[in-house]
Amino acid sequence: MKARVTISLKNGVLDPQGKAISHALHGLGFDNVGEVRQGKIIELELGDISASDAPSVVDKMCTQLLANTVIENYSVELLD
Amino acid sequence: MKAAVIVFPGSNCDRDMKIAIEQSLGSSPTMVWHGDSELPDTDLIAVPGGFSYGDYLRCGAIAGNSPIMREVVKRAASGTPILAVCNGFQIATETGMLPGALLRNANQKFICKDVHLKVSSQNNRFSGAFKVDDIVRFPVAHHDGNYFADADTVARLEDNGQIAFRYSDEDGVVSPETNINGSCNNIAGIYNDAGNILGLMPHPERLISDQLGGTDGKLFFDNLINSLN
Repeated sequence: MKARVTISLKNGVLDPQGKAISHALHGLGFDNVGEVRQGKIIELELGDISASDAPSVVDKMCTQLLANTVIENYSVELLD
Repeated sequence: MKAAVIVFPGSNCDRDMKIAIEQSLGSSPTMVWHGDSELPDTDLIAVPGGFSYGDYLRCGAIAGNSPIMREVVKRAASGTPILAVCNGFQIATETGMLPGALLRNANQKFICKDVHLKVSSQNNRFSGAFKVDDIVRFPVAHHDGNYFADADTVARLEDNGQIAFRYSDEDGVVSPETNINGSCNNIAGIYNDAGNILGLMPHPERLISDQLGGTDGKLFFDNLINSLN
């Protein structure tokens, strides 16, 4: 089983990289682009683990290491 | 008095920290490798600057989960003084020893220069060489020094006198113009609520002799070591 973890900055947390991307898109003529927020995706191979156990295990990984919940939100998607 | 300096793969201020402590203490601190799981008996633990684990995932995230940091967190909880500088500050927030987080600098640039700091609260152990509202000069060298915490946490830090230093100009003016990296309330360093942990982005260990351009860091370390002796 695999999991895909999507991590994004919480609302209100400054994202200078997102701002730079927005400026660059405007420079390319994409004038309609508003705020840009950059995040990251982490794909995990989970090995032998049941579909019922996986969500809580990946959630622990997120809170202990993968995301910093002071500044980031995360969501988990389980893949076959 | 004994001191220890934690060394991670990617630390690059560990030897500066060692020399700064040596010059004030008169003996060498123990250098402790990140993979060790035991700390020596020590009266001060320094978590130095650098780019531990290449800043992978987030600055300080992987170092914060290294075997030695579990021991550092335990010692901190039992009252051992911890000095966490730059990457050390990032690591300390990742472990939860200090509140908040260090984000990318608001201007996206790596900032490497001497800055002026206003001493914002009295902590005899860490800032006893200075008085509240004194101006000190330490170097900064960081890409991710933008201190962030939610509004309630920042208010609590302010109310409890846990703001150690703020970015200012040489006259002590604290303003958006002197906020080099976008930190909440110009915060350059904070104490935990018990006052035994100082985390700061600037590097006192880099300004410990006239040959290096100044001695404010020497005053800082002399006081720190004297207060623990």
